[in-house]
Amino acid sequence: MATADGFTMASFKEMAGRDSYGKMLAQCGEEDERLVVLNADCQHPTRATLFAERFPDRNFNFGIAEANMISAAAGMAIAGKIPVAAGFGFAISLRVAEQIRTNVCYPNHNVKVVTTATGLSMGTGGPTHHCIEDLALMRGIPNITIVCPASPIENALATRACLLEHEGPVYLRLVRGEDFGGTDEIYEQADIDFEIGKAITLRDGEDITLMAHGNSVGLALLSAAQLAQKGIGARVVNMHTVKPLDKEAIWEAAERTRGIVTIEENNVCGGFGEAVAAVMAGKKGSPLVPVRLVGIQDEFCKIGASLDLWQAHGLREQTVVAAALDILN
Amino acid sequence: MAKAFTRERIDALAMLAKKLRHLIVHNTQLTGGGHFGASLSMVEVLTALYWEIMRVDAQNPKWEGRDYFVLSKGHACAGFAPILAEKGFFDPQLLSTFNQLDSCFGMHTTLKMNGVEHPTGSLGHGLNVGLGIALGLKLDNKPNRVFVLIGDGEQQEGSVWEAIMAAGNWGVDNLIAVVDRNFLSQDGATEELMRLEPLAEKWRSFNWSVKTVDGHDMGSVLNGLAVLPFEPNKPSCLIAETVKGKGVSFMENQHKWHYGIMTDAQYATATREVGFEGERLRSHEILGIDA
Repeated sequence: MATADGFTMASFKEMAGRDSYGKMLAQCGEEDERLVVLNADCQHPTRATLFAERFPDRNFNFGIAEANMISAAAGMAIAGKIPVAAGFGFAISLRVAEQIRTNVCYPNHNVKVVTTATGLSMGTGGPTHHCIEDLALMRGIPNITIVCPASPIENALATRACLLEHEGPVYLRLVRGEDFGGTDEIYEQADIDFEIGKAITLRDGEDITLMAHGNSVGLALLSAAQLAQKGIGARVVNMHTVKPLDKEAIWEAAERTRGIVTIEENNVCGGFGEAVAAVMAGKKGSPLVPVRLVGIQDEFCKIGASLDLWQAHGLREQTVVAAALDILN
Repeated sequence: MAKAFTRERIDALAMLAKKLRHLIVHNTQLTGGGHFGASLSMVEVLTALYWEIMRVDAQNPKWEGRDYFVLSKGHACAGFAPILAEKGFFDPQLLSTFNQLDSCFGMHTTLKMNGVEHPTGSLGHGLNVGLGIALGLKLDNKPNRVFVLIGDGEQQEGSVWEAIMAAGNWGVDNLIAVVDRNFLSQDGATEELMRLEPLAEKWRSFNWSVKTVDGHDMGSVLNGLAVLPFEPNKPSCLIAETVKGKGVSFMENQHKWHYGIMTDAQYATATREVGFEGERLRSHEILGIDA
């Protein structure tokens, strides 16, 4: 599938995460004229510039006014549009969580909420600009679908799926990508079978399962390689859809391996790992296996570059490996 | 082009408002009580909007040509639902199910009610949502208007001012806000709690065209809304000065009647005060038009 610019899916490999989103956003705008894009003074950081250039009438910058942006998005959905409202993680998922719940999710309007600057990607921004609570908050809202793509290609595919193929409220948590030194594409080719709600097994293994989404998938793959060196077979599963979780994938992990290590660039309190553990333990007849939650251990993080913060706050291969060994020994 | 309203028409609509007030008092009391104050202050405004100003088709709530209405002060559902019923959006008998398990009707509006575009209840959202509808309509070059009834206490919520700012900046002239200026909120007088005045000046400074009218004088309300938008390229704000609890003497201007249920004695008094001779008449009979 080629975009209007002639970009092929393969070329998304070369891009940083946000850029692939921006290009796919413009492409979706070509395909469906109902699509409108809303911003709150972060048009460039949320890569809406290409869409804005192509469709200036369909681009709305609300200024630093996220409450208005999200609620107006609901209104635009009532008027028959497909609104994509983007901003920084903390300003959207925390500050105007009520607008998301009350004006988007409760009436089930077809609004797509997109965040960048999630997790620790705004490292030197300090805790006010980190976003390590959004999964806990958004998970608790009915009617919402939460997708956390892992790479430039997946950003593009997830964007298209969320914006044009899925009907209903979406929280799309984008990875920045370029923090990790250029392209961090996890897929060999672009034609992966991406389906909302369906986990993707990236690597097989019989001993332990590593479950991750977003930025953490790269970490999971690196950790699996380290575990392999110790003779441990680690299965790596990309759980790009955090809500609704692919329950079958979780129960399969419990059947086929001896434990699950979850990894998230997020507070483990109320986050992805707890959700996985609850599903794992909830099926009659399914084996109960240990679960270890790698992520931010309920603390505000420091100031620092993202990669340094990952090291400082436990998002490291050593932490994942230690968690796996803790289960297996 | 200004609409001209005959004395006959104004009086008929005022009479209809009386009937609606009567319905609201009885239905709210008989279903366990509710937000009397807020429901009673907006009756003339809603009568004018639904029977004269707005284009609606009660038999076809999603008619493409309709004007959109958002009750931003969603807690006035006890007042809004009987008005929608009387207009024909649903069977008035359904009003007796207020507050029952799984009812369409409770303290706040729901999407299960025909005629409701967006469920409200939490304050400070309706004008923002209305702005979004207006923007979507303008993008499609549609002539439909968006009316938002907003409370005055509600404007203590900062989010409202984001909508006011954006609508004024962008000249969203298919958006009409009507403020139910009853000068009270739950805890007391707005001007003592968190002063809003000078309110009209505030809206004007955000580039809205603003008029102030007596919200219980049907002629004034109608004439206030006769020309829309008030000025081209500006959103319109009609500040309707009203009395919270209007029509029931012991409720008028009493903040404690924000929400409540009457004693038998109070109910007897209220029944007398909102009594309506032609109470069994349907709205079209009052207005002297075919159903």
